[in-house]
Amino acid sequence: MTTLYSLSALSPGQSATVQALHVDSGFQFRLNALGFRIGKPLELIRIAPFNGPLHIKLGNTEVMLRRQDAANIEVLM
Amino acid sequence: MKRIALIGMPNAGKSTLFNRMSGASAKVANWPGVTVDLLSAKLLIAGQMAELVDLPGIYDLHGFSDDEQVVRHFLCNNSIDLVLIVANATQVDRQLTLALQLKSLGLPAVLLLNMADEAKQQGITINAQQLGEELGYPATLLSAKYGQGYAETYKLIESELQKSEAMPTLSLENDFAVDQAVEDKLEQIIRHSVDVPVQAGHSTTEKIDKVMLHPWLGLPLFFGIMFLMFQAVYTLGAPLQDSVAWLLEGFRDIALAPLLSGLPTLLNSFLLEGVFDGVATVASFVPVIILFFLFMAIIEDSGYLSRAAFLMDALMTKMGLDGRSFVMLLMGFGCNVPALMGTRTMRSRGLRLLTMMVIPFSLCSARLQVFVFMTTALFAPSQAPLVLFSLYMMTFATVIITALLFKGQFNSQEPFALELPPYRFPTTRQMLLRGWHEIRHFLRRATKFITLGVVLVWILTHMPFGVEPASAASWSGWIGEFMSPILSPAGINPELTVALIFGFVAKEIVIGALAVIYGLEGSSLMQGIAQQIDWVQAYSFMLFTLIYTPCLATVATLRAEAKSAWYTALSLAWPMTLAWTISTGFYQTARYLGY
Ligand SMILES: Nc1nc2c(ncn2[C@@H]2O[C@H](COP(=O)(O)OP(=O)(O)OP(=O)(O)O)[C@@H](O)[C@H]2O)c(=O)[nH]1
Ligand SMILES: [Mg+2]
Repeated sequence: MTTLYSLSALSPGQSATVQALHVDSGFQFRLNALGFRIGKPLELIRIAPFNGPLHIKLGNTEVMLRRQDAANIEVLM
Repeated sequence: MKRIALIGMPNAGKSTLFNRMSGASAKVANWPGVTVDLLSAKLLIAGQMAELVDLPGIYDLHGFSDDEQVVRHFLCNNSIDLVLIVANATQVDRQLTLALQLKSLGLPAVLLLNMADEAKQQGITINAQQLGEELGYPATLLSAKYGQGYAETYKLIESELQKSEAMPTLSLENDFAVDQAVEDKLEQIIRHSVDVPVQAGHSTTEKIDKVMLHPWLGLPLFFGIMFLMFQAVYTLGAPLQDSVAWLLEGFRDIALAPLLSGLPTLLNSFLLEGVFDGVATVASFVPVIILFFLFMAIIEDSGYLSRAAFLMDALMTKMGLDGRSFVMLLMGFGCNVPALMGTRTMRSRGLRLLTMMVIPFSLCSARLQVFVFMTTALFAPSQAPLVLFSLYMMTFATVIITALLFKGQFNSQEPFALELPPYRFPTTRQMLLRGWHEIRHFLRRATKFITLGVVLVWILTHMPFGVEPASAASWSGWIGEFMSPILSPAGINPELTVALIFGFVAKEIVIGALAVIYGLEGSSLMQGIAQQIDWVQAYSFMLFTLIYTPCLATVATLRAEAKSAWYTALSLAWPMTLAWTISTGFYQTARYLGY
């Protein structure tokens, strides 16, 4: 079974695939360049203390992304 | 002359290759966004002189942060004979998009798949030739850092350069295909020529991150590491400084003093107690600085900076800043100027201005010299490193106050994503280059400001003719008296006041100025100062030195980057006010408590 989630709803250790990016075009280009493309698998590794950014692994690239920005990324689990 | 440009995503190793090809010492660090400006070097290649240009990293040709604008501007205003596309081989799956975009512009280029060493380690195999054929650019694997594949790469560049004809300048108006066609092509190329094992990844990095990014160990570890580093700089650096000072003192007494003894008294004093004592006192701190930058080089190249951004982002957000601002503060510990330039990666102007507002509080290596000097003179060896550390913590305190106060003015809601590169370690060669770079930097400042500064101080302390040097009757005495209503509440005496005035130009001058004002040098200077002021005054003076103003170069950079006169004025006036308030507050409280 697969369900749509926002990336910020994942818990550490969970994997999903990118489904949609609901962000402005400038940020979308940046996300694309970092590997956030439709259908790409990713994994949430950890979340920083004090409700901080998410540590995400996409292929061989690791990035940090703030929670409020991750909320605009839709993933399939 | 032919022109070769290095283009690639941030942190792909462009500057490393630039250094290897040209012998230059461009700054290299494991952080995306180190190079934020053009840097060019001449080199002899394929039997002719060519210009090699290192550019900031770009994620794609749409980029509109200030560092990416530099690249766009360069592409639109220069004809280029050959582009070296540098891509991280372990991340070809995403880094090739840039190559495809450049291809669609028809630029003559070669694709250099860098970090071949890491790819090999992870079992990633790439058929560079086939990849190149499908892409339409010749491609080769390379390790710019360790040198594997460099000879072949060089040959390839030579032969392509001979073939190529300069491209007329481009216009980047047309919209690039981020369209599905490019994506499909990319997928296809990767499928054909790249083989990534299922479990690819940096297993060592993952293990280290488990500790370094631990939910509640992460931050204490950060401050622990910082403390150990400054402790090490102090414990190793102070004796080094002492030995160099001793050598210079010996040189002065054995060689220089007898040599100059025939000169008229005033000229003798000018050369010996002015120029030599001033410059030698500053020069004795060079080993401390080199040591400090070796540690900085290791930290900057380790990849830990991105982790610091990760750990601190939530707290920084509360102050209207973000994780990147924090990293720039850390870079500012080396020198504030590149840290200010580093904010070019921020797209939001509000965030950028607020970050630039707090960077000058970062305790840079020039201020470190003043503090090593003062703490050694006035505190026991066991206390000195703690005092030093407390001043670094003061940096953070002033940043917090300033950011909270001004965040309303400089608003921002910039979404950002930051790469966390794998942990790396600099090579000996990289560290030596960095040390050498800092020595050159010092020599340049010494010839420009420091000598001039100490000469001026000598004049102020010895004029009008015949006065007791640095006495109340001398020009410096007048200045000190004049400023005294303002600075004596902070416990800063007239002598220190004159040093502070020159510290506006460059902080190194402060120690040189003290040497000239007190007419002493080396260990006797430290003793002389310890007799004049107590630790409360010294600490108040250090607080003031830390906060009141960065150096002239920093102010100039601030102005150039912000392009706003009122902003520059504000970032001069505010630290001055804050410095006075904090120093006076500290001094009066300490005295009240009976210290
Ligand atoms: N393992 C390995 N590391 C490399 C190689 N080339 C560069 N590095 C490291 O990668 C990091 C980034 O190198 P830089 O040369 O600063 O990269 P850049 O492309 O100039 O980065 P920006 O200026 O930020 O765009 C540094 O830590 C280098 O030591 C390589 O071939 N192998
Ligand atoms: Mg660079």
